[in-house]
Amino acid sequence: MLKRNASALALAASLLVPVAAQAEGIVGLITKTNTNPFFVKMKEGAEAKAKELGVELRSFAGKIDGDNESQVEAVENLIAAGAKGILITPNDSKAIVPSIAKAREAGLLVIALDTPLEPADAADATFATDNFKAGELIGEWAAATLGDKARDASIAMLDLNANEVSVDVLRDQGFLKGFGIDVKDDKDIGDEEDARIIGHDVTDGNEEGGRTAMENLLQKSGGEVDLVYTINEPAAAGAYEALKAVGKEKEVLIVSIDGGCPGVKNIKEGVIGATSMQFPLLMASMGVEAIVEFAKSGKKPENSEGLDFFNTGVELITDAPVDGIESQTADQGLEKCWG
Amino acid sequence: MSNDNFEAVAEAAGGSVASFEPEHLGFGERLQRFLHNYPTAAPAFVLLVAVVGFYLIVGSRFLSAFNLSLVFQQVTIIGIIGVAQTLVILTAGIDLSVGAIMVLCSVIMGRTAVLMGLPAPLALMLGLLAGAACGAINGLLITRLRLPPFITTLGTWSIFFALNLWYSESETIRSQDLATQAGLLQWMGVSFNMAGARITMGTLTMLVLFFGMWFALNHTPWGRHVYATGDDPQAAQLAGINTDRVLLSVYIVAGVICALAAWALIGRIGSVSPQAGQSANLDSITAVVIGGTSLFGGRGAIAGTLIGALVVGVFRNGLALAGVDVLWQEFAIGLLIITAVATDQWIRRV
Repeated sequence: MLKRNASALALAASLLVPVAAQAEGIVGLITKTNTNPFFVKMKEGAEAKAKELGVELRSFAGKIDGDNESQVEAVENLIAAGAKGILITPNDSKAIVPSIAKAREAGLLVIALDTPLEPADAADATFATDNFKAGELIGEWAAATLGDKARDASIAMLDLNANEVSVDVLRDQGFLKGFGIDVKDDKDIGDEEDARIIGHDVTDGNEEGGRTAMENLLQKSGGEVDLVYTINEPAAAGAYEALKAVGKEKEVLIVSIDGGCPGVKNIKEGVIGATSMQFPLLMASMGVEAIVEFAKSGKKPENSEGLDFFNTGVELITDAPVDGIESQTADQGLEKCWG
Repeated sequence: MSNDNFEAVAEAAGGSVASFEPEHLGFGERLQRFLHNYPTAAPAFVLLVAVVGFYLIVGSRFLSAFNLSLVFQQVTIIGIIGVAQTLVILTAGIDLSVGAIMVLCSVIMGRTAVLMGLPAPLALMLGLLAGAACGAINGLLITRLRLPPFITTLGTWSIFFALNLWYSESETIRSQDLATQAGLLQWMGVSFNMAGARITMGTLTMLVLFFGMWFALNHTPWGRHVYATGDDPQAAQLAGINTDRVLLSVYIVAGVICALAAWALIGRIGSVSPQAGQSANLDSITAVVIGGTSLFGGRGAIAGTLIGALVVGVFRNGLALAGVDVLWQEFAIGLLIITAVATDQWIRRV
């Protein structure tokens, strides 16, 4: 009886071995939500890379933007599952830190994607877009495109929401600095005193919010506007609808950030003047690579020079290039856009 | 000594029969009764004060015909959804799935027209049918399985939203693609000018819908049944009303109205976005509550919801024109909700 049990165990073990060898470990991916195309693409990038490297990807997401509890639960599940590492886009950069600390104590490599933790070194590494740079690029492009008109242009600022999260602040302030406006405190939106700024309004990063915010700022300025900064391309599309409704869409320049495919198509058709493209697929696939490398050799990824994160790059996409600012055309952009 | 002259006694007792103490109502009590009879008076007063207040702060730019028509445009979607929500709340229910139904329907309209190449009128019909189907699912779960509306629609909210993400593949259909292939879907965004105001088909549709629902609720047997079912379902049943059928019809009509809101949404933002309308359920409840409709059912007026939506729209627009930080807008709306519910509790005691 005992012998039979032992042989059954041996058989079971021999069956298990090849399975274990096939998946050389688990990599966890925790996104903010699973609705935003940005995160959907991120997940696709991670899945493709995990398959290529023969590891198992387990994905989790918050229920809504800002949902920290689901992410804490996901971290706990991944520790319990014996994952090699975690890629996370934190919903709450501060509140998730204790859970991340537990994961790192348990020997997991933790990489923050897209949104840094606070403090940034609470994660082993951060792979993100340089959002300040992304804003600066479209600001510089807008100033160069407007030329002399830049000195007395009316500028509408369409931001994300009342929380002033870091992405929102970095993009907004980066744009203003790139355009040549004194931003005062670069951690604070709206403390500028430049008369060219009509105002800052919030869009929730979607079309309807973009349209309403644009309408209200147009009312505020008495219908005068030359340049519109938008937090992302859906907000830009909404702003364009508002301008079209008052017949101003031809004379106003819209700039944006993201590099989603609908946004790049809008560059091609002249709806948006220029956008700064970021690379969610790259963030995710590099993250998976780094965790696999860490599992093999124990080597941790390093930050880009002069930054407290690894910069996954940002490229200016426009069909109206200006001297001195490197850019790519919309057609080139369409080949690497996401969502 | 007995007195047999009953007539004399009766005469001596005086001619007055049972009577009430003459009422000496204070201002508070009179206000309470007034609001009980006219529940939309309070939000109408708030709207008036807000409009005058912002006129004083912002100036004539706020009170221009163009800006006021803009506020109407901005509340169109929440207003339409609010009609559906009012109907449900009048039956003492609540519908948390309205926003999800709207987005799902807009995605169905957009994708069947642009990606499958169906003629736009057919795509529109499919969207409206989908709205009716979603409403029927809510209604059947509530009337057949006796699930509470809050839980039912909490569940279907997730289900409809997940279906939206799956069917849309989280992809946006751009305004320019819709314009070339299915212009009808953007019809609600068509506008004309009248005396300085800019009026969109969406705004007109909303106003027609409010009027139609006001008529249906006040001048048709169905409307009276809706009120009766919400006020006291047992009494309604004793009076011969099939309350389950009334409830089912209410949720189906609400679903169709949400699909109508989907059409208005496409008109407003030009494109079809699976990310849209995520706060529409709470925003619509806000409009209904500020509009003076009781969450306990059976009391309230459809016009109040339009006023409630306008109050929110005026605050949003006015504070933006005044250059006030957006967080104070949230704060103000929160205060309005609390005030509205407190007022409702107070006037219920009449």
